[in-house]
Amino acid sequence: MKVLVPIKRVVDFNVKVRVKADGSGIDLANVKMAMNPFDEIAVEEAVRQKEAGVVTEVVAVSCGVAACQETLRTALALGADRGVLVETDAELQPLAVAKLLKAIVGKEAPQLVILGKQAIDDDANQTGQMLAALLGWSQATFASKVVIDAAAGHVTVTREIDGGLETLELKLPAVVTTDLRLNEPRYATLPNIMKAKKKPLETLKPEDLGVDVSPRLTTLKVVEPPKRTAGVRVADVAQLIDKLKNEAKVIP
Amino acid sequence: MSILVIAEHDNAHLKTATLNAVAAAVKLGSEIHLLVAGSGCDAVAEQAAAVAGVAKVKVADAAHYADQTAENLAALIHAHAGGYSHILAAATSNGKNTLPRVAALLDVAQISDIIAVEDADTFVRPIYAGNALATVKSADAVKVITVRTTGFDPVSAVGGSATIETLASASDQGQARLIGREITKSARPELGAAKVIISGGRALGSGEAYRQLLEPLADKLGAALGASRAAVDAGFVPNDYQVGQTGKIVAPQLYIAIGISGAIQHLAGMKDSKVIVAINKDPDAPIFQVADYGLVADLFQVIPELTAAL
Ligand SMILES: Cc1cc2nc3c(=O)[nH]c(=O)nc-3n(C[C@H](O)[C@H](O)[C@H](O)COP(=O)(O)OP(=O)(O)OC[C@H]3O[C@@H](n4cnc5c(N)ncnc54)[C@H](O)[C@@H]3O)c2cc1C
Ligand SMILES: Nc1ncnc2c1ncn2[C@@H]1O[C@H](COP(=O)(O)O)[C@@H](O)[C@H]1O
Repeated sequence: MKVLVPIKRVVDFNVKVRVKADGSGIDLANVKMAMNPFDEIAVEEAVRQKEAGVVTEVVAVSCGVAACQETLRTALALGADRGVLVETDAELQPLAVAKLLKAIVGKEAPQLVILGKQAIDDDANQTGQMLAALLGWSQATFASKVVIDAAAGHVTVTREIDGGLETLELKLPAVVTTDLRLNEPRYATLPNIMKAKKKPLETLKPEDLGVDVSPRLTTLKVVEPPKRTAGVRVADVAQLIDKLKNEAKVIP
Repeated sequence: MSILVIAEHDNAHLKTATLNAVAAAVKLGSEIHLLVAGSGCDAVAEQAAAVAGVAKVKVADAAHYADQTAENLAALIHAHAGGYSHILAAATSNGKNTLPRVAALLDVAQISDIIAVEDADTFVRPIYAGNALATVKSADAVKVITVRTTGFDPVSAVGGSATIETLASASDQGQARLIGREITKSARPELGAAKVIISGGRALGSGEAYRQLLEPLADKLGAALGASRAAVDAGFVPNDYQVGQTGKIVAPQLYIAIGISGAIQHLAGMKDSKVIVAINKDPDAPIFQVADYGLVADLFQVIPELTAAL
């Protein structure tokens, strides 16, 4: 069976972002970009399922600017078979991405789509659920374990929920979104990076897919959150307790 | 037009996160209805009717709502969305699982994790792990929103007297089946509702050390226990202990970070706490930049001391 893995190009998780002085957004000039960490986990999961003989083909898709090609090449170096870029300079919000992905699903007919649970830039945590709704498919978000039984036509997913864990059995085709503990992604090796350059990468436009990507939300302003200032150092436990009791008054 | 708030519950008890979501709805200024979808959930409906500020409770009681699966909940909410200008839920794992699905069915955007209401169309939400706050305006007819609970003080659980109405169920989508749940059992307060949180990081070294050192301290302070991602990944504690950008967002009166470096992803989940204490042996650990009180020390030495002295 075929698996589709949508990947987003985002600011590297190590970068401390800065808000632009005019309040119009985040300063992205010369900032290091990378694959969204949850999407690395999604690619890893699909590739492991392929290595285990359960999955036959892994197709990575990214929607966004031309530079998303680099992110797709990374996915190919990690073991994805093909890449699809839906290229646009337009701002893409989760609903628009879900519509583009739905169109790609229509072309590719995968049995499973594995997305990240959340993009670490918009922190939306929406696209997978929206895609599942648009397709009328079942969904399992925040996955920490995925067991595919293609013959029986279902996938069993353990999910990280507020109180602990739950396990769902979904009918295929289905949408799964990854949580941090699903797996530990591998690093791309040099030979695999070289091989990735030769793997197929197709480019489409939203118009080719007949999808209207107009944003529904307008960002009026972006500001820095109120800064917390560092407090004081205490010398020892006795002083700490004294401060908590008598200054902060947070313990009796 | 009214506002629909989705109740968070386990078929027996209304969860307090619902009270925070209602608090956000109150700021929008129209009539508030609470939807209770569950199975054998009469007790929840009664608790919901007592919530301050709620005019109507709508109850959909059917076996296929027992497990709160997204497919069935979203179909139900979508079927009854008419007449509502806003649909809200707390940004819990249930809310995050279901509301984007509702939004897509309605062909509208979803607005995640709002921390403030500017007006009926305009909301503030954190982006980039809370390193920026975006004010966003929606052009959609229906606003589908998840509410960050730490952004809104809960309304009172009592004092209201809403009418209770029965709602027709939507059909069972039959797509997902719950196999089982492993719920972490604890006599301690929930992370989201605790006044004091003791959180441990990688430095604890093992689950055993985590329990031996932090549980007695938490007992003394009536605290909930939390952890960094590194401590969860290493298996010291279950996943639902994780505090941070991609874990739980908390804002207790007192947060004590023990052997946690203070990565931005961790800070995103706790930096709105009223008082932060950091105990770390590295004087340059970033956690000290947000701590009101910092103690540079070896935790294995000072935690037993602290517990004994309280
Ligand atoms: C996509 C993504 C999402 C993430 N989401 C989260 C999240 O939600 N929550 C989260 O917490 N992290 C998250 N992280 C991980 C985060 O980046 C850090 O790796 C993690 O928070 C580090 O955990 P830590 O502070 O326990 O470990 P470390 O960074 O290893 O820090 C251990 C600290 O303990 C101190 N120490 C060591 N020995 C002692 C001692 N004997 N006494 C006192 N102090 C001692 C050290 O000085 C050090 O500061 C995420 C990362 C990514 C990429
Ligand atoms: N522009 C995009 N291109 C491809 N996949 C995306 C894009 N945006 C979001 N996704 C996928 O949707 C997931 C959740 O993103 P979000 O809903 O924005 O938090 C990500 O982890 C990706 O798997």
